[in-house]
Amino acid sequence: MHETAFQIFVNALLANNFVLAMFLGLCPFLGVSGKLDTAFPMGVATTFVMLVASLCAYGLNLLLSAFHLEFLRLISYIVIIASSVQLVEMVLKKYSPTLFRALGIYLPLITTNCAVLGVALFQTSREYDLLQSVTFSIGGGAGFTLALVLMASVRERLTLSNVPDLAQGTALSLMLAGILSLSFMGFAGLGG
Amino acid sequence: MSAAAPQTWDEFMEGVWKQNPTFVMILGMCPTLAVTVSAVNAISMGLATLLVLIASCGLVSMMRKVTPKEVRIAVYIVIIATFVTAVDYAIQAISLALYDALGAFIQLIVVNCIILGRAEAHAAKNPPMPAMINAAGMGVGFTIGLLALGVVREILGAGTLFGITLFGAGFQPWVIMVLPPGGFFVLGGWLLLFSWMARRKQRALTVGSDHA
Repeated sequence: MHETAFQIFVNALLANNFVLAMFLGLCPFLGVSGKLDTAFPMGVATTFVMLVASLCAYGLNLLLSAFHLEFLRLISYIVIIASSVQLVEMVLKKYSPTLFRALGIYLPLITTNCAVLGVALFQTSREYDLLQSVTFSIGGGAGFTLALVLMASVRERLTLSNVPDLAQGTALSLMLAGILSLSFMGFAGLGG
Repeated sequence: MSAAAPQTWDEFMEGVWKQNPTFVMILGMCPTLAVTVSAVNAISMGLATLLVLIASCGLVSMMRKVTPKEVRIAVYIVIIATFVTAVDYAIQAISLALYDALGAFIQLIVVNCIILGRAEAHAAKNPPMPAMINAAGMGVGFTIGLLALGVVREILGAGTLFGITLFGAGFQPWVIMVLPPGGFFVLGGWLLLFSWMARRKQRALTVGSDHA
Protein backbone atom coordinates (compact mmCIF):
# COMPACT_ATOMS: atom_id res chain seq x y z
CA MET A 1 0.00 0.00 0.00
CA HIS A 2 1.80 3.08 -1.21
CA GLU A 3 -1.28 5.25 -1.52
CA THR A 4 -0.96 8.72 -0.14
CA ALA A 5 -3.74 10.12 1.99
CA PHE A 6 -4.77 12.46 -0.83
CA GLN A 7 -5.13 9.59 -3.31
CA ILE A 8 -7.25 7.65 -0.86
CA PHE A 9 -9.48 10.66 -0.33
CA VAL A 10 -10.01 11.37 -4.03
CA ASN A 11 -10.54 7.69 -4.75
CA ALA A 12 -13.16 7.27 -2.05
CA LEU A 13 -14.86 10.53 -3.00
CA LEU A 14 -15.06 10.18 -6.78
CA ALA A 15 -13.44 7.30 -8.61
CA ASN A 16 -14.59 4.60 -6.19
CA ASN A 17 -17.60 6.48 -4.89
CA PHE A 18 -19.18 4.38 -2.16
CA VAL A 19 -22.69 4.55 -3.52
CA LEU A 20 -22.27 4.75 -7.26
CA ALA A 21 -19.28 2.52 -7.83
CA MET A 22 -19.15 0.18 -4.84
CA PHE A 23 -22.86 -0.17 -4.11
CA LEU A 24 -22.61 0.59 -0.43
CA GLY A 25 -25.42 2.35 1.40
CA LEU A 26 -28.06 2.03 -1.27
CA CYS A 27 -31.01 1.85 1.14
CA PRO A 28 -30.67 5.43 2.42
CA PHE A 29 -29.57 6.48 -1.07
CA LEU A 30 -32.90 5.38 -2.52
CA GLY A 31 -34.90 6.16 0.62
CA VAL A 32 -33.82 9.62 1.77
CA SER A 33 -32.89 11.17 -1.54
CA GLY A 34 -36.37 12.55 -2.19
CA LYS A 35 -35.68 15.99 -0.76
CA LEU A 36 -32.58 18.09 -0.62
CA ASP A 37 -33.12 19.37 2.94
CA THR A 38 -33.06 15.87 4.39
CA ALA A 39 -30.48 14.42 2.02
CA PHE A 40 -27.66 16.74 3.09
CA PRO A 41 -28.03 16.34 6.89
CA MET A 42 -28.38 12.60 6.39
CA GLY A 43 -25.11 12.58 4.50
CA VAL A 44 -23.38 14.60 7.21
CA ALA A 45 -24.75 12.36 9.98
CA THR A 46 -23.58 9.26 8.12
CA THR A 47 -20.16 10.79 7.54
CA PHE A 48 -19.84 11.51 11.24
CA VAL A 49 -20.83 7.95 12.16
CA MET A 50 -18.33 6.67 9.60
CA LEU A 51 -15.55 8.74 11.12
CA VAL A 52 -16.31 7.57 14.66
CA ALA A 53 -16.72 3.97 13.53
CA SER A 54 -13.48 4.08 11.56
CA LEU A 55 -11.51 5.42 14.52
CA CYS A 56 -12.98 2.87 16.91
CA ALA A 57 -12.55 0.05 14.43
CA TYR A 58 -8.89 0.96 14.00
CA GLY A 59 -8.22 0.80 17.72
CA LEU A 60 -10.31 -2.29 18.15
CA ASN A 61 -8.54 -4.10 15.34
CA LEU A 62 -5.18 -3.48 17.05
CA LEU A 63 -6.59 -4.95 20.22
CA LEU A 64 -8.14 -7.97 18.49
CA SER A 65 -5.00 -8.74 16.51
CA ALA A 66 -2.93 -8.50 19.67
CA PHE A 67 -5.03 -11.23 21.27
CA HIS A 68 -5.57 -13.21 18.04
CA LEU A 69 -9.30 -12.78 18.19
CA GLU A 70 -9.85 -11.87 14.54
CA PHE A 71 -13.00 -13.98 14.34
CA LEU A 72 -14.70 -11.54 16.70
CA ARG A 73 -14.02 -8.63 14.34
CA LEU A 74 -17.38 -8.50 12.61
CA ILE A 75 -19.38 -8.77 15.83
CA SER A 76 -17.40 -6.10 17.65
CA TYR A 77 -17.49 -3.72 14.67
CA ILE A 78 -21.24 -3.89 14.43
CA VAL A 79 -21.63 -3.22 18.15
CA ILE A 80 -19.36 -0.17 17.87
CA ILE A 81 -21.34 1.16 14.93
CA ALA A 82 -24.64 0.65 16.73
CA SER A 83 -23.35 2.61 19.71
CA SER A 84 -22.03 5.50 17.63
CA VAL A 85 -25.37 5.73 15.83
CA GLN A 86 -27.03 5.95 19.21
CA LEU A 87 -24.67 8.81 20.08
CA VAL A 88 -25.50 10.75 16.91
CA GLU A 89 -29.17 10.16 17.55
CA MET A 90 -28.96 11.61 21.06
CA VAL A 91 -26.98 14.65 19.89
CA LEU A 92 -29.44 15.36 17.07
CA LYS A 93 -32.45 14.91 19.31
CA LYS A 94 -31.04 17.45 21.74
CA TYR A 95 -29.83 20.10 19.31
CA SER A 96 -32.10 19.75 16.29
CA PRO A 97 -35.42 18.06 17.03
CA THR A 98 -36.92 19.07 13.66
CA LEU A 99 -34.13 17.40 11.77
CA PHE A 100 -34.43 14.41 14.07
CA ARG A 101 -38.07 14.03 13.08
CA ALA A 102 -37.39 14.60 9.39
CA LEU A 103 -34.84 11.81 9.24
CA GLY A 104 -37.20 9.54 11.12
CA ILE A 105 -36.63 5.84 10.74
CA TYR A 106 -33.56 6.34 8.54
CA LEU A 107 -31.49 7.59 11.45
CA PRO A 108 -31.39 4.33 13.46
CA LEU A 109 -31.04 2.55 10.13
CA ILE A 110 -27.57 4.07 9.72
CA THR A 111 -26.57 1.08 11.84
CA THR A 112 -27.50 -1.21 9.00
CA ASN A 113 -25.97 1.10 6.40
CA CYS A 114 -23.42 -1.05 4.66
CA ALA A 115 -21.32 2.00 3.87
CA VAL A 116 -20.45 2.39 7.55
CA LEU A 117 -19.55 -1.24 8.10
CA GLY A 118 -17.91 -1.18 4.67
CA VAL A 119 -15.48 1.55 5.78
CA ALA A 120 -14.48 -0.46 8.83
CA LEU A 121 -14.08 -3.70 6.87
CA PHE A 122 -12.21 -2.20 3.91
CA GLN A 123 -9.73 -0.29 6.03
CA THR A 124 -8.98 -3.51 7.87
CA SER A 125 -8.56 -5.65 4.78
CA ARG A 126 -6.43 -3.01 3.05
CA GLU A 127 -4.32 -2.58 6.18
CA TYR A 128 -4.57 1.21 6.30
CA ASP A 129 -2.77 3.04 9.07
CA LEU A 130 -4.53 5.57 11.27
CA LEU A 131 -4.17 8.59 8.96
CA GLN A 132 -5.19 6.54 5.92
CA SER A 133 -8.22 5.15 7.76
CA VAL A 134 -9.40 8.60 8.76
CA THR A 135 -9.02 10.06 5.26
CA PHE A 136 -10.70 7.00 3.83
CA SER A 137 -13.71 7.40 6.10
CA ILE A 138 -13.99 11.16 5.49
CA GLY A 139 -13.61 10.68 1.74
CA GLY A 140 -16.15 7.89 1.74
CA GLY A 141 -18.58 9.94 3.79
CA ALA A 142 -18.13 12.98 1.56
CA GLY A 143 -18.69 10.76 -1.47
CA PHE A 144 -21.86 9.37 0.07
CA THR A 145 -23.10 12.90 0.81
CA LEU A 146 -22.23 14.00 -2.71
CA ALA A 147 -24.15 11.12 -4.29
CA LEU A 148 -27.12 11.71 -2.00
CA VAL A 149 -27.23 15.45 -2.73
CA LEU A 150 -26.88 14.96 -6.49
CA MET A 151 -29.62 12.36 -6.51
CA ALA A 152 -31.92 14.50 -4.36
CA SER A 153 -31.44 17.53 -6.61
CA VAL A 154 -32.29 15.54 -9.70
CA ARG A 155 -35.30 13.95 -8.05
CA GLU A 156 -36.61 17.31 -6.85
CA ARG A 157 -36.60 18.51 -10.44
CA LEU A 158 -38.21 15.31 -11.64
CA THR A 159 -41.27 15.86 -9.47
CA LEU A 160 -42.16 18.74 -11.79
CA SER A 161 -41.67 16.80 -15.00
CA ASN A 162 -44.07 14.52 -16.74
CA VAL A 163 -42.86 10.95 -16.28
CA PRO A 164 -44.78 7.96 -17.65
CA ASP A 165 -46.84 6.31 -14.90
CA LEU A 166 -45.19 2.99 -15.52
CA ALA A 167 -41.72 4.24 -14.60
CA GLN A 168 -42.83 6.14 -11.49
CA GLY A 169 -41.14 5.26 -8.22
CA THR A 170 -38.21 2.97 -7.68
CA ALA A 171 -37.67 2.05 -11.32
CA LEU A 172 -37.14 5.72 -12.13
CA SER A 173 -34.75 6.23 -9.21
CA LEU A 174 -32.74 3.22 -10.30
CA MET A 175 -32.45 4.44 -13.87
CA LEU A 176 -31.33 7.84 -12.54
CA ALA A 177 -28.79 6.18 -10.29
CA GLY A 178 -27.52 4.24 -13.29
CA ILE A 179 -26.98 7.42 -15.27
CA LEU A 180 -25.26 9.10 -12.31
CA SER A 181 -23.09 6.04 -11.88
CA LEU A 182 -22.23 6.13 -15.58
CA SER A 183 -21.07 9.71 -15.27
CA PHE A 184 -19.00 8.91 -12.18
CA MET A 185 -17.15 6.31 -14.21
CA GLY A 186 -15.58 9.27 -15.95
CA PHE A 187 -13.55 9.85 -12.80
CA ALA A 188 -11.90 6.45 -13.08
CA GLY A 189 -8.15 6.64 -12.66
CA LEU A 190 -8.29 10.11 -11.16
CA GLY A 191 -6.82 9.06 -7.82
CA GLY A 192 -4.07 7.15 -9.63
CA MET B 1 -50.97 -32.35 8.89
CA SER B 2 -52.83 -32.17 5.61
CA ALA B 3 -54.63 -29.05 6.77
CA ALA B 4 -51.38 -27.42 7.84
CA ALA B 5 -49.52 -28.17 4.65
CA PRO B 6 -51.16 -25.59 2.36
CA GLN B 7 -50.67 -22.90 4.97
CA THR B 8 -47.00 -23.75 5.31
CA TRP B 9 -46.71 -23.65 1.55
CA ASP B 10 -48.39 -20.23 1.48
CA GLU B 11 -45.99 -18.99 4.11
CA PHE B 12 -43.09 -20.17 2.02
CA MET B 13 -44.40 -18.80 -1.26
CA GLU B 14 -45.13 -15.40 0.24
CA GLY B 15 -41.44 -14.63 0.39
CA VAL B 16 -40.73 -16.19 -2.98
CA TRP B 17 -43.39 -14.37 -4.93
CA LYS B 18 -45.86 -11.99 -3.32
CA GLN B 19 -43.36 -10.22 -1.09
CA ASN B 20 -40.23 -10.92 -3.04
CA PRO B 21 -37.50 -9.00 -1.20
CA THR B 22 -35.73 -7.86 -4.34
CA PHE B 23 -38.53 -6.88 -6.69
CA VAL B 24 -41.44 -6.05 -4.40
CA MET B 25 -39.91 -4.82 -1.15
CA ILE B 26 -36.67 -3.45 -2.67
CA LEU B 27 -34.62 -4.64 0.29
CA GLY B 28 -31.01 -5.69 0.46
CA MET B 29 -30.03 -3.64 -2.54
CA CYS B 30 -26.30 -3.44 -1.88
CA PRO B 31 -25.41 -7.11 -2.36
CA THR B 32 -28.07 -7.39 -5.05
CA LEU B 33 -26.35 -4.89 -7.27
CA ALA B 34 -22.76 -5.44 -6.25
CA VAL B 35 -22.25 -9.17 -6.66
CA THR B 36 -24.56 -9.96 -9.57
CA VAL B 37 -21.93 -9.60 -12.28
CA SER B 38 -22.23 -13.31 -12.99
CA ALA B 39 -24.82 -16.01 -12.38
CA VAL B 40 -22.47 -18.10 -10.23
CA ASN B 41 -21.70 -15.19 -7.91
CA ALA B 42 -25.40 -14.41 -7.67
CA ILE B 43 -26.33 -17.96 -6.67
CA SER B 44 -23.57 -18.25 -4.08
CA MET B 45 -24.49 -14.93 -2.53
CA GLY B 46 -28.14 -15.97 -2.48
CA LEU B 47 -27.36 -19.29 -0.82
CA ALA B 48 -25.11 -17.69 1.80
CA THR B 49 -27.83 -15.20 2.65
CA LEU B 50 -30.42 -17.99 2.71
CA LEU B 51 -28.38 -19.98 5.24
CA VAL B 52 -27.82 -17.00 7.52
CA LEU B 53 -31.46 -16.02 7.21
CA ILE B 54 -32.83 -19.45 8.22
CA ALA B 55 -30.35 -19.97 11.04
CA SER B 56 -30.72 -16.55 12.59
CA CYS B 57 -34.51 -16.45 12.26
CA GLY B 58 -34.67 -19.85 13.94
CA LEU B 59 -32.51 -18.72 16.83
CA VAL B 60 -34.26 -15.36 17.20
CA SER B 61 -37.57 -17.15 17.32
CA MET B 62 -36.35 -19.64 19.92
CA MET B 63 -35.08 -16.80 22.08
CA ARG B 64 -38.09 -14.55 21.61
CA LYS B 65 -39.44 -15.14 25.12
CA VAL B 66 -36.18 -14.45 26.93
CA THR B 67 -35.12 -11.41 24.90
CA PRO B 68 -35.87 -8.12 26.66
CA LYS B 69 -37.74 -5.81 24.33
CA GLU B 70 -35.42 -2.83 24.85
CA VAL B 71 -32.27 -4.54 23.61
CA ARG B 72 -33.83 -6.80 21.01
CA ILE B 73 -32.22 -5.15 17.99
CA ALA B 74 -28.77 -5.50 19.53
CA VAL B 75 -29.48 -9.15 20.31
CA TYR B 76 -30.63 -9.81 16.73
CA ILE B 77 -27.57 -8.13 15.29
CA VAL B 78 -25.21 -10.15 17.43
CA ILE B 79 -27.01 -13.38 16.47
CA ILE B 80 -26.84 -12.48 12.78
CA ALA B 81 -23.20 -11.46 13.01
CA THR B 82 -22.35 -14.80 14.61
CA PHE B 83 -23.88 -16.78 11.76
CA VAL B 84 -22.35 -14.50 9.15
CA THR B 85 -18.90 -15.06 10.66
CA ALA B 86 -19.50 -18.81 10.42
CA VAL B 87 -20.63 -18.59 6.78
CA ASP B 88 -17.72 -16.29 5.98
CA TYR B 89 -15.20 -18.82 7.27
CA ALA B 90 -17.06 -21.68 5.57
CA ILE B 91 -16.92 -20.03 2.14
CA GLN B 92 -13.27 -19.20 2.65
CA ALA B 93 -12.63 -22.89 3.34
CA ILE B 94 -14.72 -24.20 0.45
CA SER B 95 -13.64 -21.94 -2.38
CA LEU B 96 -11.05 -19.21 -2.13
CA ALA B 97 -11.81 -17.98 -5.65
CA LEU B 98 -15.44 -17.43 -4.76
CA TYR B 99 -14.42 -15.76 -1.52
CA ASP B 100 -12.29 -13.27 -3.45
CA ALA B 101 -15.04 -12.65 -5.98
CA LEU B 102 -17.66 -11.84 -3.35
CA GLY B 103 -15.17 -9.87 -1.30
CA ALA B 104 -16.42 -7.87 1.64
CA PHE B 105 -20.00 -8.51 0.65
CA ILE B 106 -20.14 -11.80 2.54
CA GLN B 107 -19.41 -9.98 5.78
CA LEU B 108 -21.80 -7.26 4.75
CA ILE B 109 -24.64 -9.81 4.92
CA VAL B 110 -24.81 -8.65 8.55
CA VAL B 111 -26.28 -5.35 7.49
CA ASN B 112 -28.60 -6.82 4.88
CA CYS B 113 -31.94 -5.27 5.77
CA ILE B 114 -33.83 -8.43 4.74
CA ILE B 115 -32.44 -10.43 7.63
CA LEU B 116 -32.98 -7.84 10.33
CA GLY B 117 -36.38 -7.07 8.85
CA ARG B 118 -37.44 -10.71 8.97
CA ALA B 119 -36.13 -11.14 12.50
CA GLU B 120 -38.04 -8.09 13.71
CA ALA B 121 -41.24 -8.51 11.70
CA HIS B 122 -41.73 -12.26 11.74
CA ALA B 123 -39.33 -14.41 13.75
CA ALA B 124 -39.78 -12.37 16.92
CA LYS B 125 -43.49 -13.12 16.98
CA ASN B 126 -43.71 -16.70 15.78
CA PRO B 127 -42.55 -20.15 16.90
CA PRO B 128 -39.32 -21.48 15.32
CA MET B 129 -40.87 -23.69 12.63
CA PRO B 130 -43.04 -21.10 10.84
CA ALA B 131 -40.31 -18.51 11.31
CA MET B 132 -37.77 -20.69 9.58
CA ILE B 133 -40.16 -21.55 6.77
CA ASN B 134 -40.91 -17.90 6.23
CA ALA B 135 -37.20 -17.14 6.31
CA ALA B 136 -36.52 -19.89 3.78
CA GLY B 137 -39.14 -18.42 1.46
CA MET B 138 -37.58 -14.98 1.73
CA GLY B 139 -34.13 -16.42 1.15
CA VAL B 140 -35.28 -18.31 -1.93
CA GLY B 141 -37.02 -15.19 -3.22
CA PHE B 142 -33.84 -13.21 -2.69
CA THR B 143 -31.80 -15.86 -4.51
CA ILE B 144 -34.22 -15.78 -7.44
CA GLY B 145 -33.94 -11.99 -7.55
CA LEU B 146 -30.15 -12.15 -7.53
CA LEU B 147 -30.18 -14.83 -10.20
CA ALA B 148 -32.51 -12.80 -12.42
CA LEU B 149 -30.03 -9.95 -12.32
CA GLY B 150 -26.92 -12.09 -12.54
CA VAL B 151 -28.13 -14.00 -15.60
CA VAL B 152 -29.07 -10.88 -17.55
CA ARG B 153 -25.88 -9.07 -16.65
CA GLU B 154 -23.65 -12.02 -17.46
CA ILE B 155 -25.30 -12.70 -20.82
CA LEU B 156 -25.24 -9.07 -21.91
CA GLY B 157 -21.96 -8.07 -20.37
CA ALA B 158 -19.79 -11.09 -21.00
CA GLY B 159 -21.75 -13.25 -23.46
CA THR B 160 -21.59 -16.23 -21.12
CA LEU B 161 -23.94 -18.06 -18.76
CA PHE B 162 -22.48 -19.92 -15.75
CA GLY B 163 -19.13 -19.48 -17.47
CA ILE B 164 -20.23 -21.16 -20.72
CA THR B 165 -19.83 -19.07 -23.86
CA LEU B 166 -23.19 -18.57 -25.54
CA PHE B 167 -22.41 -16.67 -28.68
CA GLY B 168 -19.89 -16.96 -31.50
CA ALA B 169 -16.66 -15.03 -31.76
CA GLY B 170 -18.49 -12.13 -33.37
CA PHE B 171 -20.21 -11.24 -30.11
CA GLN B 172 -19.33 -7.82 -28.83
CA PRO B 173 -19.86 -7.77 -25.06
CA TRP B 174 -21.90 -4.91 -23.67
CA VAL B 175 -19.28 -4.19 -21.02
CA ILE B 176 -21.27 -1.54 -19.22
CA MET B 177 -23.62 -4.25 -17.98
CA VAL B 178 -21.02 -5.87 -15.74
CA LEU B 179 -19.85 -2.47 -14.53
CA PRO B 180 -21.66 -0.66 -11.72
CA PRO B 181 -24.13 1.33 -13.88
CA GLY B 182 -25.34 -1.92 -15.46
CA GLY B 183 -26.60 -3.14 -12.09
CA PHE B 184 -28.83 -0.10 -11.72
CA PHE B 185 -30.07 -0.35 -15.31
CA VAL B 186 -30.87 -4.07 -15.20
CA LEU B 187 -32.71 -3.85 -11.88
CA GLY B 188 -34.60 -0.80 -13.15
CA GLY B 189 -35.46 -2.75 -16.28
CA TRP B 190 -36.82 -5.70 -14.29
CA LEU B 191 -38.93 -3.35 -12.16
CA LEU B 192 -40.31 -1.70 -15.29
CA LEU B 193 -41.18 -5.10 -16.72
CA PHE B 194 -42.96 -6.15 -13.53
CA SER B 195 -44.93 -2.95 -13.23
CA TRP B 196 -45.92 -3.27 -16.89
CA MET B 197 -47.09 -6.84 -16.26
CA ALA B 198 -49.05 -5.80 -13.18
CA ARG B 199 -50.62 -2.96 -15.16
CA ARG B 200 -51.66 -5.30 -17.96
CA LYS B 201 -53.16 -7.80 -15.54
CA GLN B 202 -55.11 -5.06 -13.82
CA ARG B 203 -56.39 -3.73 -17.13
CA ALA B 204 -57.44 -7.22 -18.22
CA LEU B 205 -59.33 -7.58 -14.92
CA THR B 206 -61.20 -4.28 -15.27
CA VAL B 207 -62.03 -4.95 -18.93
CA GLY B 208 -63.25 -8.42 -17.95
CA SER B 209 -65.53 -7.03 -15.22
CA ASP B 210 -66.88 -4.39 -17.63
CA HIS B 211 -68.03 -7.11 -19.99
CA ALA B 212 -69.61 -9.13 -17.21
